[in-house]
Amino acid sequence: MTSTAEAVGFWLLAPLAVVASLGLLFARKAVHAAMSIALVMIIIGIFYIMQKADFLGVVQVFVYTGAVMMLFLFVLMLVGVDSSDSIVETIKGQRWASLVLVVGLAGVLLSTIGSAVFDEQKVQAGLDKLVATNTETGNITGMAELIFGPYVWIFEVTSALLITAALGAMVLAHRERLSPKVTQAQWAARRIKDNKNVAGLPAPGVYARHNAVDTPALLPDGSPSDLSVSRVLVARDQVATTDGIRDVERHLEREIEEGSAR
Amino acid sequence: MSLHLLVDQAMTAHPAASALVTALPAATENPSADFSDTPWWLALLKAVAVFVYLLVSTLLVIWFERRVIGRMQQRPGPNRNGPFGLLQTLADGAKSMLKEDITPDKADKLIYTLAPLITATMAFVAFSIIPLGGTVSIFGHTTPLQVTDVPVSVLLVLAVASVGIYGVVLAGWSSGSTYPLLGGLRATAQMISYEIAMGLSLVAIFLYSGSMSTSQIVAAQSSLWYIAPAFFSFAVYVITMVGETNRLPFDLAEGEGELTGGFHTEYSSMRFAMFFLGEYVNMFTVSALATTMFLGGWKAPPFIAAINDGMFNGGWWGLLWFTGKMWSFLFVFVWLRGSLPRTRYDQFMRFGWKFLIPITLAWVVAVAFIRGAQLGFLGDSRIQLFGRFEIGVATLTIVGVVAVIALAGAWIWDDKRAARLEAADVAPPDEIDPFAGGYPVPPLPGQRLREPGSQPGTLIETAPGSKEPVLSGSSSTGGGTTVVKEETHG
Repeated sequence: MTSTAEAVGFWLLAPLAVVASLGLLFARKAVHAAMSIALVMIIIGIFYIMQKADFLGVVQVFVYTGAVMMLFLFVLMLVGVDSSDSIVETIKGQRWASLVLVVGLAGVLLSTIGSAVFDEQKVQAGLDKLVATNTETGNITGMAELIFGPYVWIFEVTSALLITAALGAMVLAHRERLSPKVTQAQWAARRIKDNKNVAGLPAPGVYARHNAVDTPALLPDGSPSDLSVSRVLVARDQVATTDGIRDVERHLEREIEEGSAR
Repeated sequence: MSLHLLVDQAMTAHPAASALVTALPAATENPSADFSDTPWWLALLKAVAVFVYLLVSTLLVIWFERRVIGRMQQRPGPNRNGPFGLLQTLADGAKSMLKEDITPDKADKLIYTLAPLITATMAFVAFSIIPLGGTVSIFGHTTPLQVTDVPVSVLLVLAVASVGIYGVVLAGWSSGSTYPLLGGLRATAQMISYEIAMGLSLVAIFLYSGSMSTSQIVAAQSSLWYIAPAFFSFAVYVITMVGETNRLPFDLAEGEGELTGGFHTEYSSMRFAMFFLGEYVNMFTVSALATTMFLGGWKAPPFIAAINDGMFNGGWWGLLWFTGKMWSFLFVFVWLRGSLPRTRYDQFMRFGWKFLIPITLAWVVAVAFIRGAQLGFLGDSRIQLFGRFEIGVATLTIVGVVAVIALAGAWIWDDKRAARLEAADVAPPDEIDPFAGGYPVPPLPGQRLREPGSQPGTLIETAPGSKEPVLSGSSSTGGGTTVVKEETHG
């Protein structure tokens, strides 16, 4: 029978897991969706532990939440805070095809769950056996005996598959370098040799009210220096104008002129 | 039982496997700590006590760090508030709470608040499986000085640590600002990479003790601390624990020089204090794990343990030894911060992936063989060493082979390194022309200036009997002669 603690844990966590998995579907930001799925994975891990599968539960959190989801997040973070999903269909008919697949998957899942028979005695017997194994052999040793005993071939073949996949990903992502990498010292030597911007590019402006990177440096004649702002900011059209600063400058000059004329 | 049946089948399939299974020691992986006499309120009390213990330790360690670093830098450190400046941290904490709490405009409000909470809470969770002392009697109940223990305790610590990383990463992302984002990215890559090496270094301990439960690991170290047989794991663990906690010299996720404050640049007030707290509690957690895994946990040091039939080796005394050992690691943390500069990020990552992880893997394989030999899988013959120690032939052979491979590897590596250095070390030419590239270039120590020949007004003389070049140039305006003497430094 399900113990009270287990029932309480289940009814507390299961709705949370459902809400989180709905969050995966309906979250507008990719990072929120990723966090929802991380939460679902942690809750599943806790469920495993409640079902007396300690090792599986902890490894679930360790591997899936700690490593796999973290890598997802790593990529998503680079997408940017404000980006939301584009609704343009890049592959034609993709939506209909995925709908068919979803219906098919839902059918398979429902039929499998529907045909499952819940025999309380059988479940209880299985649970008793697990508890006995945990106390006599130990949870991890018991699992190791299964993995490295009867299932050793499946285990090894799966690991070979995973290693192949990892190597394949590396081969696909690998690019051969055509020329040797330029070191810091070589860059410096080249800059001196070219005799251009020998002291580095001009730094962005530092003024009383503007010291951000988006404010261009002013050349001696008062015009902004294009070299001093990052080309990323130029492309995003985020460079601050220097008009205000130059207005102040003109105002000051006029006052000086007026003062000297008086 | 069908499990045994399966094992039996495996035995019939492979005769060697049957020897393997029967030779395994009886199930010792389950926790040795006995929690049967611990009611729920006592467990709660212990949890609260651990929480308070960590909070007080954090207050102390910040003071300790500032004082010790002060000493290392020849200054007193905080010494105004309270005796020896002990209340300085308390004052700083109170001040931090009263500061303005700023949320940037572009921040993701929910996650921006959630991130410090994740970091701070996860830091405390891992401590619940650390055994702080032996079995004691509290309010008439006999209970171990440990909140709880499970067969997979050490894995639980790693899992909780990996969830704790989310705090740092999400803080970087949700701030909506560039420096925190870069800091968050660095933190992800760094902590995940070093967690792999950390987990691998601990595998050797699992192999030696045959368990992942902390109480069982401490019990298995009663005769010999694992720092001796697993010395290499210890070295790797100490390196990775610094990388994992984001401390100098590996605090690249918050490198002030390049990233302002890294992932917590935008945080202020209580939310910043939570990151601060989380970082220090994490230091305690990794130190406590190191103590438990390598230094015998709460067991008394060797000679004290023998006094009066183990009088100091259990009960409440364990808390003292445990705290002492843990604080020795914290001193190392402070010492490192006081002496080492920050590493470069790419070098740090290369060190983690290309050196630490492969070599730790090789070490784990070596330990597996040593352990297999000790348990008698590779033969049972034993010999006498020096007429006193009795040791298995297989163990001796394996240890010998591992040592020879390690020595040969080190030798080859050293030779290659020497050859590389020699190839890279091109001596500068004896003579240079200072204006060859169009710019005046001063000579290196010991270098001669080229004889200009036709150029008037400059003359190079080398004093007889001395290697020092003497440059004498006569200026055309004054007519006098200036003599510049180049000193040889090298």
